[in-house]
Amino acid sequence: MSATTRQLVENLNALATGLFLLTAFGIVGTRQARGCLQLFIAQSLLLAASAGLLGLQFHSQHLYGVMLVNLITKPVIVPWLLRRTAPVEIYTRREIDQVLNIPTALSIALALAIGAYFLGVPLTQALPPEYHGPNVPIGIAGLFLGALTLTVRREALPLLLGLLAMENGAFLAGISIARDLTMLVELAIATDGLIIVFIVGVLVRAVEQHVGTTAVGALASLKEAAPHAEREVTP
Amino acid sequence: MSGRIGFNLLQVLVVMAFAPLVSGVTSRLKEMVQSKRGPSVFQPYRDLWKLFHKDEIVSHDSSWIFRFTPYIVFIAPVFVALLIPVLTSYPLFFAFMGDMLGAGFVLALAGFFAALAAVDTANPYGPMGASRTRMVGFLAEPVFMIVFFTVSFVAGSTIPYIVQQKWVTPAANFFAPSHVLLLLAFILLILAEGGRIPVDNPTGHFELAMIDESKSLEYSGQGFALIKWGGQMKFFVLLCVFLNVLLIPWGLAQRQDLAAVLLAVPLVLLKVFCFVLVLVVIESSLAKLRLFRIVEFLGAAFVTSVAAMIAQVFAA
Repeated sequence: MSATTRQLVENLNALATGLFLLTAFGIVGTRQARGCLQLFIAQSLLLAASAGLLGLQFHSQHLYGVMLVNLITKPVIVPWLLRRTAPVEIYTRREIDQVLNIPTALSIALALAIGAYFLGVPLTQALPPEYHGPNVPIGIAGLFLGALTLTVRREALPLLLGLLAMENGAFLAGISIARDLTMLVELAIATDGLIIVFIVGVLVRAVEQHVGTTAVGALASLKEAAPHAEREVTP
Repeated sequence: MSGRIGFNLLQVLVVMAFAPLVSGVTSRLKEMVQSKRGPSVFQPYRDLWKLFHKDEIVSHDSSWIFRFTPYIVFIAPVFVALLIPVLTSYPLFFAFMGDMLGAGFVLALAGFFAALAAVDTANPYGPMGASRTRMVGFLAEPVFMIVFFTVSFVAGSTIPYIVQQKWVTPAANFFAPSHVLLLLAFILLILAEGGRIPVDNPTGHFELAMIDESKSLEYSGQGFALIKWGGQMKFFVLLCVFLNVLLIPWGLAQRQDLAAVLLAVPLVLLKVFCFVLVLVVIESSLAKLRLFRIVEFLGAAFVTSVAAMIAQVFAA
């Protein structure tokens, strides 16, 4: 590979990670459940792109494998599973609830991202130069922002997407450090993720049928269900 | 020397001559997307011509600010056009007077006077629009600042002629994350500052929903023409900063002769036309945001610009 192509590939990888960071911010800040899902799909595609570009850069077969697994599971199977299990949540609801308002959440997200850089850059500096790159700090930032999504959202589906975004972040950092991970590990993680999506999807549906809402943040305190009791009394 | 002054004046003339055309083409294309025929692309010129031949009515209760503002709004973009690369990739005679921050301040001065003039007339809609414009303005300000800080981190300078070469030498720099994120943030800024959907509806005629337009409600005749023309030139100048300095310096004249500079005119207009196509797609596919959602829109722009900055600062 010539020096110019190499630099181009490096820059494209950096661009993919930069846009990855942007989608992570988007998942924290969007109002629509559907927009959240679309941003998650975009994030997974960017993760796959980063894996592919790193594979090109370091001639690693395993990273191509990661790319393929990512391309198949997250952008295709996850939306399909969610559509089968909890369609109402994604495709009919417009606005979703947040604990914090969006500008506040975004400001916290910014602070977290900068913190992730302060954490990630020294980590990579300790490694040999070929491991230097934006993947580790942005991966850590993705992890943090996914965790933030878990904290600020009140609804089941965005919570799930926050969890998956955390996994994406961990992956993004992982592929740049452990380039020759066994394929088995990747497959195991991918199937785990799908099982989580499936279970949460079914759970969301069950909660929605029982309670009539999926704002799980509002279900934090247990109460005696008065309406049900009344219904039983009135024959 | 005299050639450079001449090119500089030519640059100003190009901005003055083609700014209404950009606005005409945009509205025509938008109408076409909505399956309507729309007015001719030259309609903004006819409007300006008509307004320059009409009487001007000035309220007795307004002060000198109201009378001077149209000239300031008109002169500010003309002045900025002296500083930035519109046609050439080398600095022209007056370019030493200011960098991109200076240009931003000059445009902000015009905005300041426009807001004062809107308050001056005591028309109830004027101050409302002025305060809304200020709201959009002070939310856009930090984004502008961070964009320029990032630019100065990358190029070591905020002089536009130095900055524009950095993105293409070597060509792989074009794909640097800081560059692309910067462009995204600046597109959001252009939408906000230009009073475009989703921030403001430029074709709206409902005073209560106006942001940018309501500042000129009290103007008529020549004053109104100057304000309109000034607004169109401000948009054109912002496009030039975006397309020539931040995006790619392609199409600008490299040599110092008249033929090369004249050739740059259609090439730059082609770039502007491509941007207008993107703008029409954005404007036709989004709805106008509610007023308090604008905070979120510009918050997104701010986050994008900060992401660009940290990507640049920590890249080394």
